[in-house]
Amino acid sequence: MENFTPISALVGGALIGLSATMLLLFNGRVAGISGIFNGLLNPAQKDKTWRALFMLGLIIGAALYVWSPQGGAPVPLSLPRVLLLSAGFLVGFGTRMGSGCTSGHGVCGLGRFSFRSLMATLTFIAFGIVTVYAARHLFGVM
Amino acid sequence: MKKNLFALLAGIAFGFGLAISQMINQKKVIGFLDLFGNWDPSLALVMGGAVGVTALLFRFVLRRPNPIFEDKFYIPEKNNIDAPLFIGSALFGIGWGLAGFCPGPVFASLSIGRIEPVLFILALVAGSLAAKYLVPAKYTR
Repeated sequence: MENFTPISALVGGALIGLSATMLLLFNGRVAGISGIFNGLLNPAQKDKTWRALFMLGLIIGAALYVWSPQGGAPVPLSLPRVLLLSAGFLVGFGTRMGSGCTSGHGVCGLGRFSFRSLMATLTFIAFGIVTVYAARHLFGVM
Repeated sequence: MKKNLFALLAGIAFGFGLAISQMINQKKVIGFLDLFGNWDPSLALVMGGAVGVTALLFRFVLRRPNPIFEDKFYIPEKNNIDAPLFIGSALFGIGWGLAGFCPGPVFASLSIGRIEPVLFILALVAGSLAAKYLVPAKYTR
């Protein structure tokens, strides 16, 4: 557990929770990234502006930290391209089919005490753990 | 106008939170999912910190008749536990474990100026559109 970074994890987590609270209080919206983004993929969706600005904000907010003197950009994992693309496809497919991701089900759904979101969160964490176990310890990838 | 400004500000806070907690670092995410290896519990505290805040504050927000800049709250209405919820979440979990990216962090990772997040997002778009056309709409809304 030498990689454990509890302070920055709690500070960052609290900031994410405050962001989600702000979006709900001012705009009445749930801060689920997959849902916000999927709205941008739907030609019939009328409210694209706030969605695009929230997504842009995600990038700006991360850039402010990453490019600050205290920050630092993480080096992406050198995964085989086919693995990276398969992973992206599964994340896009699964989050639409399961109506949410780590933010929508995890942060916002659990905050609303939604049993549906709890089931989703336990499922994706469990499958994530099994996948990493299989990839790293059985097949030696990563 | 104001609601667009606040969406941008909320996005900035969210992205900053993801970056400072290192959730845009795939190794940190995979380190959390590697429960049977060299486990890194950081992600549990990120989620715990976030849920601690939302669980505490959402109830006060939702007691209001309406949000500040909108006429109503747009809260997901579905509360049934069905097969697409589990299958979708399972597929998402597999993809998450393979690359260590989920939607929020991968978009925030565009800030690092590398090609990997871009490729992941292109595949994510393809997967999302595939689900839109393959999974009956009643399950995905």
